[in-house]
Amino acid sequence: MKKLFSTLYVSTQGAYISKERENIVVSLQSKELFRAPVHLINSVVCFGNIMCSPFLLGLCAENNASVSYFTEYGRFIAKVQSPVSGNVLLRKQQYKYSDDGKFCLETAQSVLLGKLSNSRTVINRALRDHEDKISDSDKLKQVSDGLRRAIANVFNAENVDVLRGMEGDAAVAYFSVFNKLILNHKEEFFMPGRNRRPPKDRVNCLLSFVYTLLVHDVSSALEGVGLDPQVGFLHKDRPGRPSLSLDIMEEFRSVIADRLVLTLINLSQVNANGFSESPSGGVIMDDENRKIVIDAYRKRKEEEIFHPFFKENIHIGLLYHAQALLFARYIRGDIDAYPPFIWK
Amino acid sequence: MYCEDDLLHIRGVQQLSYCKRRCALLFIEQQWSDNFFTAKGIVMHDKAHVEKIEHKKGVVIERDIYLKSYELGLIGKSDVVEFHRSGNKLIPFPVEYKSGKAKSDNVDKVQLCAQALCLEEMMNVTIESGAIFYGKTRNRLNVEFNKSLREETFALAQEFHSLVDSRETPKPEYSKKCYNCSFEELCLPEIFDKQKSVKKYLKKIVNNEKTI
Repeated sequence: MKKLFSTLYVSTQGAYISKERENIVVSLQSKELFRAPVHLINSVVCFGNIMCSPFLLGLCAENNASVSYFTEYGRFIAKVQSPVSGNVLLRKQQYKYSDDGKFCLETAQSVLLGKLSNSRTVINRALRDHEDKISDSDKLKQVSDGLRRAIANVFNAENVDVLRGMEGDAAVAYFSVFNKLILNHKEEFFMPGRNRRPPKDRVNCLLSFVYTLLVHDVSSALEGVGLDPQVGFLHKDRPGRPSLSLDIMEEFRSVIADRLVLTLINLSQVNANGFSESPSGGVIMDDENRKIVIDAYRKRKEEEIFHPFFKENIHIGLLYHAQALLFARYIRGDIDAYPPFIWK
Repeated sequence: MYCEDDLLHIRGVQQLSYCKRRCALLFIEQQWSDNFFTAKGIVMHDKAHVEKIEHKKGVVIERDIYLKSYELGLIGKSDVVEFHRSGNKLIPFPVEYKSGKAKSDNVDKVQLCAQALCLEEMMNVTIESGAIFYGKTRNRLNVEFNKSLREETFALAQEFHSLVDSRETPKPEYSKKCYNCSFEELCLPEIFDKQKSVKKYLKKIVNNEKTI
């Protein structure tokens, strides 16, 4: 597989990123904080008030590293990257297929199979490892069984709308027992259900933030193999929405993002006091917690996991690239279906 | 005769004779991936391209010149072209730099020959030979542009054009040379050569879900 490069996340407010020869240098008030050669980095992600010199942007573009800007709270603003790469013919095929009902259905079936199977594994693993600590484990078993039945039905669905309905039901069921997977600090970390824009509790706030990191990485991986992240198959096209990224992300939400959030809470790594409620009811986390989350995500990406389609171990950080590559091969007709990543 | 818009990069001839799929990934899919061997080549070429024109013992050496042939439909740049005096004429003598060592096949020779054919068309001369400098063994291999090499090069250029026109990337054929190819991770020959059925993989996932 491809080499695992690093993403440089910069969230120190007022930091300045510049180029020195072939190096990326981060400094604060003229004091150097970090330095790394550009060829080890494939993307720079800035949160909030971070300044980048034009020469740094040039260096990154030249080395195929993108520079992305987010608000402090993880809302995407803009991205600077070298000219659109890849095969225009591949993208045209992707657009054609996005209007092809049969292709959309088959793709959405794969995507949903990945999502349901991985969500179910998250629940089953919790039952296997912590049944003694989980209250009302019967409810978890019920949801797990419901997911199993949904999985058996994925390939019977006649159209994408049916699949969207199944996906919605599965998500509601899954999030209805999500609190039971939280084993520590249950008072502070409790979610009444999935909500966003703005997230209304600490758990949703954490989930939304990690999903932001995930969608960014998946989009970069798709662009990297020459696909258009905005043209999806399960998710309908809507201007500005990275529908294909959201499609490919489905299989990763539970295994990568949700489990990361659960670990952060269960191992007491995030600080419940580091969240504040805005007058309008949205919950935001402070700098300190954001750093903890980013760092945990970065470390998770360096871990290896077994890929059942490739039949080999692969860095989690490379999973997105691997799936993007498989998706491109699927669009090109090298393989007869899209194989989602399945975690067992 | 090709027109200006149809000209393709000379490098394709060599890539095609190495592997048809690699050539398609590069020129149709616009993919590129370096490995140790390609990186070494880049470093070596950077060195070869320091000065543009040099005079050495009566030989004029020019680097980085545009090469073009409407007959082959190719365009590109040279590493080095030496101009050898022959009577009152200067005859070009293309020299290609390779970081490795001489190979048993014609992969490098056809690339050099394509350069020679471009120079012949551009300058209206006949070029009898050129050379490939191999960095690893530090020897200079003289290449004679005989009839069979010219024909092979011409046929490859034609095949290269029809491959790009077809807009289709051929399926991989896994072989020993995949091991040294910098595109292995883009191409995934082991996975796609076997015609693995993804539908079977999906079915297995569904069937493996057990009640707990």
